[in-house]
Amino acid sequence: MNTLHPMPSAPCPLLVAENITKRFSGVTALDTVCLEFLAGNVTAVIGENGAGKSTLMKILSGVYPDYEGQIRFNGEPVRFNSIRDAQACGIAIIHQELNLIPYLSISENIFLGREITTRWGTLDRKAMRNKTRELLEKLKLDLSPDTLVAELKVGQQQVVEIAKALLVESEVIIMDEPTSAISESEVAVLFDIINDLRRENKAIVYISHKLDELFTIADRYVVLRDGKSIESGSMQGIDHDTLIRKMVGRDITSIRRQVNGRVCDTLLSVENLCLKHPVRVQENQLKNLSFTVGRGEIVGIFGLMGAGRTELLETLFGLHPKRSSGVISINNQTSQFKAPIDAIQSGFALVPEDRKKDGLVLGLDVQTNISLSNLKTIEQAGLLSRQKETTLAKKYIADLRIKTPSEKQTARNLSGGNQQKIVLSKWLATNPKLLMLDEPTRGIDVNAKNEIYKLILQLADEGMGILVVSSELPEILAISDRILVLCEGCLTAEMAVQDASEDSILKAAIPKTI
Amino acid sequence: MEAQLQTYRPLLTKFQSLIALFILCLGISIMSDKFLTVANFWNVLRQISVNVCISTGMTLVVLTAGIDLSVGSVLALSGAITAGLLRNGIQLPSSNLYIGFTLLGATLAGLITGSGLGWFNGWAITRFKLPPFVATLAMLTIARGLTMLWTEGFPITGLGDSFTFLGTGWFLGIPLPVWLSGIIVAVAVLVTNKTRLGRYIYAIGGSESAARLSGVNINKIKIAVYSIAGGLAAVGGLLVTSRLDSAQPNAGTSYELDSIAAVVIGGTSLSGGRGSILGTVQGAIIIGVLNNGLVLLNVSPFWQQVVKGFVILLAVIIDKSNSKAES
Repeated sequence: MNTLHPMPSAPCPLLVAENITKRFSGVTALDTVCLEFLAGNVTAVIGENGAGKSTLMKILSGVYPDYEGQIRFNGEPVRFNSIRDAQACGIAIIHQELNLIPYLSISENIFLGREITTRWGTLDRKAMRNKTRELLEKLKLDLSPDTLVAELKVGQQQVVEIAKALLVESEVIIMDEPTSAISESEVAVLFDIINDLRRENKAIVYISHKLDELFTIADRYVVLRDGKSIESGSMQGIDHDTLIRKMVGRDITSIRRQVNGRVCDTLLSVENLCLKHPVRVQENQLKNLSFTVGRGEIVGIFGLMGAGRTELLETLFGLHPKRSSGVISINNQTSQFKAPIDAIQSGFALVPEDRKKDGLVLGLDVQTNISLSNLKTIEQAGLLSRQKETTLAKKYIADLRIKTPSEKQTARNLSGGNQQKIVLSKWLATNPKLLMLDEPTRGIDVNAKNEIYKLILQLADEGMGILVVSSELPEILAISDRILVLCEGCLTAEMAVQDASEDSILKAAIPKTI
Repeated sequence: MEAQLQTYRPLLTKFQSLIALFILCLGISIMSDKFLTVANFWNVLRQISVNVCISTGMTLVVLTAGIDLSVGSVLALSGAITAGLLRNGIQLPSSNLYIGFTLLGATLAGLITGSGLGWFNGWAITRFKLPPFVATLAMLTIARGLTMLWTEGFPITGLGDSFTFLGTGWFLGIPLPVWLSGIIVAVAVLVTNKTRLGRYIYAIGGSESAARLSGVNINKIKIAVYSIAGGLAAVGGLLVTSRLDSAQPNAGTSYELDSIAAVVIGGTSLSGGRGSILGTVQGAIIIGVLNNGLVLLNVSPFWQQVVKGFVILLAVIIDKSNSKAES
């Protein structure tokens, strides 16, 4: 049964979910979930992908009006039929994908749908601007209310979303993966704001895959596993490993690269690689980068937002032929890539950062996605052979243990980890010599993460060169042989993993002129 | 009851256009005894063959998340070029040189005109990153203007029996335009389902960036698709010109709308990546039968337009609720 531990001196629960069950055409997403969220507390909701976190949040915020069970707000039973209902009651949700309109100002966004009007029925811009200024001041965002949202950084846009929630006097604020797209300094600002909100006795529901930050910000935790509420309690006295054990229900042996100090022959060599800025032509996004990747070597690339990590992989892959200069050679042969197809033919493969947009065609099925970069191999007399295509897909579904009902399932319906495995399959089928991975485990649950790490290590052992970009230091340290650090387009450090530490990497990654 | 409906839902969805078509035919044949006759059957098929040609190209364009508004004008110009060359040849004013055109030469010139204009559409869209709506809207006007210049605003008639045979002749008991559109559809089905080009078309419509990163040459495929659409519009132009034995300067006006309607009724998503050629054929047949039925029932042409509009709305609404039920 579900074990709940109400603390004796705990503040009263503001929002309570009792025996919530939600089914989607036969599949039970939530199974008699019982949870409570306290005022003046930050409650972390943790669980693997598919554990039911987002479904639960969608019920609490009125997105899904159709469920079994009872929600109580301030002790009163409530039922939300729409997001507006939930908002009126005082529950606001800030989605992972922000919902702001880029070409409206901050003030117009905050008041969208609840504009203040004058007695003539026209918009009272002045009143809205003043209220916005007040909210921004409170949230320590030093910007004019008339700034267009399009000009804001992701972190700042998040603050605007929070301002929106505060405008309607929300008592419960749900934040879904709020730090997934923002930099370290923006995270610090966000945590300050959350601390203020806690002091004002708001209940914060905090969902994140980054367990480490939960120790900084959360008071309590709630664990969901396979649609059930497993347990809840105080964050005090809990450590990282315990939390993971609660999430996955068993111990996870963490992976470490066996460094055997072997010298491998050079596979990729890059000399003086430069990339011009798309708009400011005088500026370079990548500045004279020179490095090598050996056969069977895993090279990790670390850098903060805007350091040029993604741009580096894109340039190597032939996506910016007009703006780049420098010499790229693979197997001692100099290559000039005019388009990705040239790079692919030379044995490059790129698993992009945004797999939903760039990695997959979500509306197509698994086998079509896997064969997309390998159509020539499944051709027979100039026509595509369905049979060969299915065989190819089945091989990788088995090899990479992709969890899918069949190879004909639409890619959109699979979980993040399995989607990433499809992208990997697509590229492994091209027999690459150099595999480039951009944030390969972003938004993927712990189990799938470990599977992907194992795969990367195995591929390196088989002789593939691997270039992996990651913004998670533990990840970089766990799988790399050698680490390159980028800062504002320059290569600021290169170290073997045994000489590297989180401190030394960060020191090289942070710009000197702050 | 509901469980039963759930099990039949995929079947219903798959054959919804055919079911709608069947109900439509049943209704019209009850109200008019002229509908279910052999003569009318071939009449309807012949009438829709032009729209089937155009809509096949339009489907390919829409699958890449584009649109081609210029097909009507391209049809007119291609038809006029063929007719003009066939009737008058080219007389160079400076010298006394006269170039006459054979049937084959004139037909090829019309087809090249159509696919050339389509190529230009694709080039403008990929080279300058123009929205397809804007680029082909410009071509709609350009090609219409060129048609007026070429014909000087008058129909070109008297094209000879061997040319009019294409639009009016029969082969093995089936009208030639039906043969032609049938062959085009068969080839297009093969291309969309069984070739790299077809696969890339779907991939580009589903996610252009994912297709690019998979090594697809986006620009090449798009230019190919718009060229095909222009070429198929030219085929439509040949059929229209040949059937009337006349190239009208205002031929094909608003044909792009019937074509987009056929594509949409056939279940192809205007945002690209989802749909099929056979769906579009069904859409074209539904529109054709509807037109024919409304004429047979003596419905005023004004009301015909209103009815057609509501059918388009209904088709899209049903399609939306289906894709919602799927996810």
